[in-house]
Amino acid sequence: MIAYILCFILFLVGLYGAVTQRNLVKIAISLSVMEFSTFLFFALLGYIDGGVAPIVNPAEPARIYVDPLPQALVLTAIVIGLATTALLMAVIIRLYRKYGTFDIREMKNLRG
Amino acid sequence: MNPLMPLFVVTPLAATFLIMIVGRFVKDFNKYYTSLTLLFLVIISFSCLFNIGENVDVYKVGGWQPINKIPIGIYMVMDGFSAIVVCIINLIGFLVAIYSISYIKRYTSENYFYALFCLMIAGMNGVVLSGDLFNIFVFLEISVISAYSLVAFGVEKNELEASFKYQVLGSIASFLILFGIGFIYWKTKTLNIADIREAFKTGYDKSFYLFVQLLILSGFGLKAAIMPFHAWLPDAHSSAPSPISAMLSGVFIKAVGIYVIIRLFFNMFVITESMAILITTLGTLSMVIGVFLAIGQWDIKRLLAYHSISQMGYVMLSIGIGMILISRGVKQEVAALAIAGGIFHLINHAAFKGLLFLNAGAIEYTIGTRNLKEMGGLAKSMPATSATSFVASMSISGIPPFNGFFSKLIIIVAAITAKFYLLAALAVIVSIITLASFLKFQRYAFYDKSDEDKRPEAKEVPYPMIFSMIVLSIVCLLLSLLAVPVVRDAVLTPAINILMDPLKYSSQIIGL
Repeated sequence: MIAYILCFILFLVGLYGAVTQRNLVKIAISLSVMEFSTFLFFALLGYIDGGVAPIVNPAEPARIYVDPLPQALVLTAIVIGLATTALLMAVIIRLYRKYGTFDIREMKNLRG
Repeated sequence: MNPLMPLFVVTPLAATFLIMIVGRFVKDFNKYYTSLTLLFLVIISFSCLFNIGENVDVYKVGGWQPINKIPIGIYMVMDGFSAIVVCIINLIGFLVAIYSISYIKRYTSENYFYALFCLMIAGMNGVVLSGDLFNIFVFLEISVISAYSLVAFGVEKNELEASFKYQVLGSIASFLILFGIGFIYWKTKTLNIADIREAFKTGYDKSFYLFVQLLILSGFGLKAAIMPFHAWLPDAHSSAPSPISAMLSGVFIKAVGIYVIIRLFFNMFVITESMAILITTLGTLSMVIGVFLAIGQWDIKRLLAYHSISQMGYVMLSIGIGMILISRGVKQEVAALAIAGGIFHLINHAAFKGLLFLNAGAIEYTIGTRNLKEMGGLAKSMPATSATSFVASMSISGIPPFNGFFSKLIIIVAAITAKFYLLAALAVIVSIITLASFLKFQRYAFYDKSDEDKRPEAKEVPYPMIFSMIVLSIVCLLLSLLAVPVVRDAVLTPAINILMDPLKYSSQIIGL
């Protein structure tokens, strides 16, 4: 249970960072922290104490296996997360070229 | 087993990669291939809509059959409701692709535009047709990532800033959704929507259930720009190239936002009254605040974007009324009427808001500004744009012969018969303010005579753009026919039945 709570705290740390930081790169890092807390949560879901990799051996039918589905899901989610982060960083680099700064307070063309 | 169903995802996905490879060597391959792909999708989506009736079609990806009635593969599901939304996506997508043939000439790297556009269509079709919760997430991300890049397509200051904002909020929404999916999987040990319903039916922990519902609602609410989460929408929708704004406002927020909310809350969760009241409240808030924010806007695309928030509020409001009545178990026919109004308005909004953004794009294409104060007297020089935008403005404000009137009428009648008099009054008032706002748009853009002599250079836009706008305005008029009982029974009633009777959805999928 403590692992789940820590995982949720990690999510909140990321959210706090995304809301309060002024630097574009730091916002991206905070989003990554949130992302990884979600992945960690998925990995925890599939974990069963004392479980082994789910390769069914007919000779030993009564073993405990970990749940393989969340692992498959988290792999997919990591790939998606990579794409989002890469795109976000590309946009940040472009923004830096336009404004010459990473400070979000300098960018206020769109208001109202 | 409908063999056409995977084509909705596979054809645009194949088009994406073909355009990137072949488009480099063959000039003009990108635009014609995109239009052809979408024409093909329009044809099969309408054939699906007319054949589907009351059935629920299931396609098991990879042919994985259920074991002991437990679905193990990824399911693609098409029923009356998703067939309607698929039709909207592909029809608007087709017209936007035709429109882009002329419009996108102003930008460099057309190949990327068409490739991302096809990718977005593939993602949206995937979200709508998916019967699996995680699959919804994957397709959602596919379409959303292409939307982020399309918003930033102009790579100027505004576009990049809007895209950054959209990406940050969109990523937070995705993580909330992912968390929600994780919690659902934890409790039910399945990801199939119908199967989750079976698990929830047998009983659930109340606080857990509320928490998951809030996660899912806030995640998809962010994607749909429901009121407290609306901040990204006006920036993103006004900064994107106009055809993409039409796509984002017309179908994107519906396909990945409202559609998923409706599908999950009706067919996956057991409807609870507290959640129904929350959805109604959020809908009312978006409806009222969206229109008030729209009044003061002088940038046409921002004005239209704020109206999108407001019109989505109508849909949420009427769906919420339906949910309240279902959860109380009273007046089921009024609930059906409210849901019918919501879905009808969703279809109508796709038509008229798509058209309005195309008009805004045409104006910007001709005179190079989006500021209403710098326009005027365009009615003579741009007759087609002026006429079609008049149709769209009257539709969105709910003037009788046009489609918006009938859907708003159904929503208001449903609200009155359900005894939500305040909500009905608010819906009428918001409709009047919308009319005022669009009269302002019409007057400043097309009729202000004083500016007439300033614009001798303004002339009508190229034919592909006119074609798209005229077809959409005809669609706006034709959609009024959905109010006729015979047509309504054929198109809307299957969608309503599938939402009203959740067992119908889950039993048909599990039973296969």
